[in-house]
Amino acid sequence: MENRLPLRIVLAKVGLDGHDRGVKIVTRALRDAGFHVIYPGLWQAPEAVVRTVADEDADWLGISLLSGTHMTLVPRILQLMKEARLDNVGVLVGGIIPEADIPKLLELGVARVFGPGTPLPEIIDFLRSQGSRTHA
Amino acid sequence: MATAIDRKLWAQWQQEIESAPPPAQPATTVSGMPIDPLYTPDNLEGFEYDTSLGYPGQYPYTRGIHATMHRGRLWTMRQFAGFGTARQTNERFKFLVDKGQTGLSTAFDLPTLMGLDSDDPRSLGEVGRLGVAMDTIDDMRQLFSGIDIGKISVSMTINAPAAVVMAFYLANAKDQGVDWKKLRGTIQNDTLKEFHAQNEIYFPPEPSVRLTIDVIEFCTRQVPQWNPVSVSGYHIREAGSTAAQELAFTLADGFHYIDQCLARGLNVDEFAPRLSFFFNAHNDLFEEVAKYRAARAVWAERLRNHYGATNENSWKLRFHAQTAGCSLQDKQPQVNLIRVAYQALAAVLGGCQSLHTNSMDETLALPSEHAVTLALRTQQVLAHETGVTNTVDPLGGSYFVETLTRQMQQQAHDYFDRIDGMGGMLSAIDRGFFRREIAEAAFAFQREFDVKHKIVVGVNAYQETDEKPLEILSIDHTVESEQIESLKRVRQSRSRADAERTLNAVRHAAEAQQNIMPALLEAAEARNTVGEVMHALADVYGRCDSAVV
Repeated sequence: MENRLPLRIVLAKVGLDGHDRGVKIVTRALRDAGFHVIYPGLWQAPEAVVRTVADEDADWLGISLLSGTHMTLVPRILQLMKEARLDNVGVLVGGIIPEADIPKLLELGVARVFGPGTPLPEIIDFLRSQGSRTHA
Repeated sequence: MATAIDRKLWAQWQQEIESAPPPAQPATTVSGMPIDPLYTPDNLEGFEYDTSLGYPGQYPYTRGIHATMHRGRLWTMRQFAGFGTARQTNERFKFLVDKGQTGLSTAFDLPTLMGLDSDDPRSLGEVGRLGVAMDTIDDMRQLFSGIDIGKISVSMTINAPAAVVMAFYLANAKDQGVDWKKLRGTIQNDTLKEFHAQNEIYFPPEPSVRLTIDVIEFCTRQVPQWNPVSVSGYHIREAGSTAAQELAFTLADGFHYIDQCLARGLNVDEFAPRLSFFFNAHNDLFEEVAKYRAARAVWAERLRNHYGATNENSWKLRFHAQTAGCSLQDKQPQVNLIRVAYQALAAVLGGCQSLHTNSMDETLALPSEHAVTLALRTQQVLAHETGVTNTVDPLGGSYFVETLTRQMQQQAHDYFDRIDGMGGMLSAIDRGFFRREIAEAAFAFQREFDVKHKIVVGVNAYQETDEKPLEILSIDHTVESEQIESLKRVRQSRSRADAERTLNAVRHAAEAQQNIMPALLEAAEARNTVGEVMHALADVYGRCDSAVV
């Protein structure tokens, strides 16, 4: 018998970037697929994102960035996660990330980068294949 | 229109089509509108040439706002530019002017668009990245240094802080001794669509609209050749709307601005001729052409019959088009050149007044010079080699295009009724109506993409396994510190007393509900920053910084 709680995922728009078409689509698709999704809206500071991850006891954090600031904001969030001892939470990045930056983000500890045009089932399958990190 | 239809031949065709295999992908537009296999006079019941369509340059302008359209004069090829500091963008502007470009189009960076200064902690990593950084009138002076703004038309894409940036522009013109009556250009200044889609929001909706109207009112009286608003569907479409939603929401925004101007005591014929529009040019060729044609007819009809405008220029919907950024792909990016070419064709067949063609690398970064040149060449090939400019509205009279144009008009009117039913524009925003409609449409498209009912070449079909990345423009990271340093110097060298006095005057004018522009002009001259002026306004108007979902 399956007796597991649904995975909890915080999706975040950080900084000033207002492109929220993608994050809203992903929010809805993950929710429809049975995940517990928390999307606190636009313009989150890195500190606020990390607080949400802690408060919501999240298994995953998905950061959406389309303004080109990923190399500033993602390392900052990862650092804050470490400081808050949330390193066990998996981090995904979605949006417009130039090819050359992907290995750098993975090196920093990002689990996966989903670019534009990713089919939704690919994200869902990835999360299901990973299982729960905090409660495993 | 020919109306006689041989029913026997029709039945024969019908039989053939029914026995044919269905299409691999459903025959719908990119917006999901079902399309019939064939259009005939049956689709155009009651269609009379003179009353239903008419001539270009004549009411209701379905065929175009000028008698000769692009045969008489080509559209303006206006490419959007801006990056780094005002000095860097000024160099690019001069380069473009030297190449013969007759209009400039300014992109601001995200902090400026959000009303923040370059040294605001929230601006970290964003200064000069997606456009030029603008903190004070000093930057405006630098941006247009050595350029005769009395001669060249200047477009500025900015919304929440539009009134503040317009004040910088006008104060600078005054300092340069340029008569405001000579200034030509456009400021986007469309705050409503920020709430629907683009999310560059600072104040709540009501004071946001008030600022938009302040600019329209002030320019109507003092800067008569300026377009004080560019009512924009572009961003609504980018956020995932359908073509019909783009059309309907944009025109509804335009009507709301008109209502507010009338409430200020302006006469519709004083300001309506200077209202301009900005639409997306997306992938679905015929749907886009129908959208532009419908836009002109709906606007003209409303202006003449509902608002009682008598000046023909009030009836004419003039628009700029930009090819759809959201259609560009990071996979096989050269293919974007082809997408952009078809999109540009749609805008031209639809009768645009000016056009920006995106560069193939714009999903990845600001465009390289090579990519920008190809984008401009795309328009030049269209203008000079394809022959599409030889006759006006070449698709007019097509059973299909006329049917789609009618459907678009009907869908727009249905949306107007729904918005009215919710108590009008601001009430519909408050209920989240526009955001919900757009999000539904975006999700519907994604589903179609996921099941391959909609094919995106190179992405969910025809993928390449071994792709070579494009060379992209990289941004100089010293821009941010350079800009912050120069902002610091302004703060140190200006008169603190003048800065504070003029900011107080801004607060008083806002409280007294006076037109804010005279106070903003003084605040600009006193070298206040965009962020400081926006703060002062927020003391009266409040902020809209709660989570927008």
